[in-house]
Amino acid sequence: MIKNVLLVGVGGQGTILTSKILSSGLVKLGYDVKMSEIHGMAQRGGSVTTQIRYGDKVYSPSICTGEADLVAAFEKVEAVRWLPQLKKGGTLIINDYEIYSLPVLIGKENYPDGILEDLQDRIKEVKVVDAAGIAERIGNIKTQNIVLLGALVKALGLEKLEWTELIKENVPAKLQGINLKAFQAGLGC
Amino acid sequence: MLKYLLNEDEKELYQTGGDKTMKIIMTGNEAVARGAYEAGCHVAAAYPGTPSTEILENISNYKEINSEWAPNEKVALEVACGASIAGGRALAAMKHVGLNVAADPLFTIAYEGVNGGLVVVTADDPGCHSSQNEQDNRLYAPAARLILLEPSDSQECKDFTKLAFAVSEKFDTPVLLRLTTRVCHSKSLVELEDRLEAPVKPYIKNAEKYICTPAIAKLRHVVVEKNMLLLKEYSENSPLNRIEWGAKKTGIITSGISYQYAKEVFGEEASYLKIGMSHPLPDRLIKDFAQGVEKIYVIEENDPYLEKHVKSLGINCFGKGSIPVCGELNPEIIKKALLSAGGETGYTTGLKAPSRPPVLCAGCPHRGMFYTLSKYKDAVVAGDIGCYTLGTVPPLSVTDTVICMGASITAAIGMEKIARREGRKTKVFSCIGDSTFFHSGITGLVDVVYNKSNIVVIILDNSITAMTGHQENPGSGKTLMGEIAQVVDIEKIVRAVGIKEENIRVVDPYDLAATEKAVQDAYGAAEAFVIISKQPCALLKSVQKKRAGLSYAVDQKKCKKCKACMKIGCPAVSNKNGEIKIDKTQCNACSLCAQMCKFDAINKVGE
Ligand SMILES: Cc1ncc(C[n+]2csc(CCOP(=O)(O)OP(=O)(O)O)c2C)c(N)n1
Repeated sequence: MIKNVLLVGVGGQGTILTSKILSSGLVKLGYDVKMSEIHGMAQRGGSVTTQIRYGDKVYSPSICTGEADLVAAFEKVEAVRWLPQLKKGGTLIINDYEIYSLPVLIGKENYPDGILEDLQDRIKEVKVVDAAGIAERIGNIKTQNIVLLGALVKALGLEKLEWTELIKENVPAKLQGINLKAFQAGLGC
Repeated sequence: MLKYLLNEDEKELYQTGGDKTMKIIMTGNEAVARGAYEAGCHVAAAYPGTPSTEILENISNYKEINSEWAPNEKVALEVACGASIAGGRALAAMKHVGLNVAADPLFTIAYEGVNGGLVVVTADDPGCHSSQNEQDNRLYAPAARLILLEPSDSQECKDFTKLAFAVSEKFDTPVLLRLTTRVCHSKSLVELEDRLEAPVKPYIKNAEKYICTPAIAKLRHVVVEKNMLLLKEYSENSPLNRIEWGAKKTGIITSGISYQYAKEVFGEEASYLKIGMSHPLPDRLIKDFAQGVEKIYVIEENDPYLEKHVKSLGINCFGKGSIPVCGELNPEIIKKALLSAGGETGYTTGLKAPSRPPVLCAGCPHRGMFYTLSKYKDAVVAGDIGCYTLGTVPPLSVTDTVICMGASITAAIGMEKIARREGRKTKVFSCIGDSTFFHSGITGLVDVVYNKSNIVVIILDNSITAMTGHQENPGSGKTLMGEIAQVVDIEKIVRAVGIKEENIRVVDPYDLAATEKAVQDAYGAAEAFVIISKQPCALLKSVQKKRAGLSYAVDQKKCKKCKACMKIGCPAVSNKNGEIKIDKTQCNACSLCAQMCKFDAINKVGE
């Protein structure tokens, strides 16, 4: 059985670090893992995606329409954009957080209202996470991505692995404590 | 690694270490770097370009390899050629369009051959994730008579890179290693081996080989053609090309990432001819495979490179008739094309996601110059490639053309010639970044002076190669290996090529009044004019440190909602429900919005 996980967000939100830690964990658990991240213009505030596939033997690194067992949206409207990738019956983790793109900022396009309600109506398994709020309470809004890592680990049932070391290896020494707190908070979501 | 050797004798030749079991997850680019390290590579050079950039970034972590950012790809390849001729193992890496820049040395070094192994890495970009075209660089291999290897995952990236050095030496020819974005930027498991110190070979002067004058080139061409026959034999027997028998109703010929997609779709329901060495191609093997299966599909991205070859052997096969030439493939596209099977269907919603195009970052120094230029509605601006290409995005909407790196200055020269000839009053500007200026802008500026063009050249000097993720360049004061370097002075170059002193301005684009004045002077000038717009990239660590905690905020009592501050297109400035706000997590206090405000409603906070 192959599991497909899609992380979507906005350049600068740290999706790549989250997927890096997640995929390292999957390797430790003994899975064959492929992860695909297309970055180029990512730093410039564009929409970014990372695809992770794991199982006994994985060929393609890409996830196709309707194949993602889990979509983790780091930003609300990105969940709408990538919704067609989610498998019927799959799980959506959605960060209750908005980042307006430039066309929205300058009034050329609209940021839709009622995203959470709309998606909750359609999808059975929706987990809304206030990662920004949690991260801010912990003391650093930039740890949102690690809060979401926690939520992902829980949703995928991977709590049995010792994630602490992996997180420590991947964040600056002085931010280790706060990131571990963020991870625990995410696990509790 | 050992599985790619033809026989036991080759072990020594290929210098493989014992296979180790340590497996780690790596991108294709990291794996190429690791392969170069394990193969004992001595010199590596590149010019950055997505998706190839991380190859040299990773190589620079191996201090055994002397690595450098060259000013452009031609320089990088020539440095590698020289290192190879001198006896070292050398690698040059670039994105697909970079190989066009390096094509001149490429074709001739194929005649001259190598001393130390020479590997040229081209990273193609099917789907144009971050490129101006999606050319298929496999076509360079038959054109230049090169060995072509196409890895399909990270393990193969490492193995093929190692093998490439050895094959290059064995057959006295450079190897073209072709990756694609999905291979470069996907991670998969790789087994690590130790580095094997390949000693630098002695250098012996050999005029009949390394001096390609016409008389010698003619003879070398004959040698190369003979060599191709030997290589063809190697390709027939090498495990790089292998048949995987499965169900015989369907036979699939494929290479690179398409192999992974094909396996995903067809699994055991087909047989595969997996091509790892795509030039020269193994004709006998292809024929044997064709005889063993009923119907043949050729699955490849972009051009029908394999398909045309298979057809030239008189074999009936199906490929680009239904598989698209344009864009990147994936299993879903292949399913639809060959099995007429609809993919899975996911969820749909009536909500519409607004577009999220990449934009100039908050605090980007390019913004001040583009905002100023946006006021000159009748000017034509020839643009170039870099972060500043985003000057085209509304509301700035500056830039008329983008062709390739360096083409801003030169295309502007051509546009100005026509404008002048036709008596059009158009003022022609060109905008070029510092890295791009070093890459291929200087020759254009020489043409401006030499052929008396009166365009305005704006050099957007943010002291780094920003677009591709902050690589050092000749103007940044540091090398790839982290050494302090002499700063190549752009202003002095501009003077040296002959732009007159009175036609040169150096401005800080954070100062809108000064920028406006410089552009006005340039607009009115009757001769070639250069503006150097100088301010380091706002994302540089040093800059972020200096401006940490600083931002601007709107005083709602003073704000008249005139929206002047929104005209600069800064992603930190928003108008939510009629209230203008500045997002302090993004703002880094460049002050542009405050300069736009006529009511003193925007003030600095966090002094
Ligand atoms: C021939 C070629 N090589 C490399 C690239 C990739 N590339 C695009 S823009 C760019 C760097 C631009 O740097 P600079 O001119 O300093 O502008 P900045 O992004 O810093 O604003 C590179 C390396 C390319 N498009 N074409």
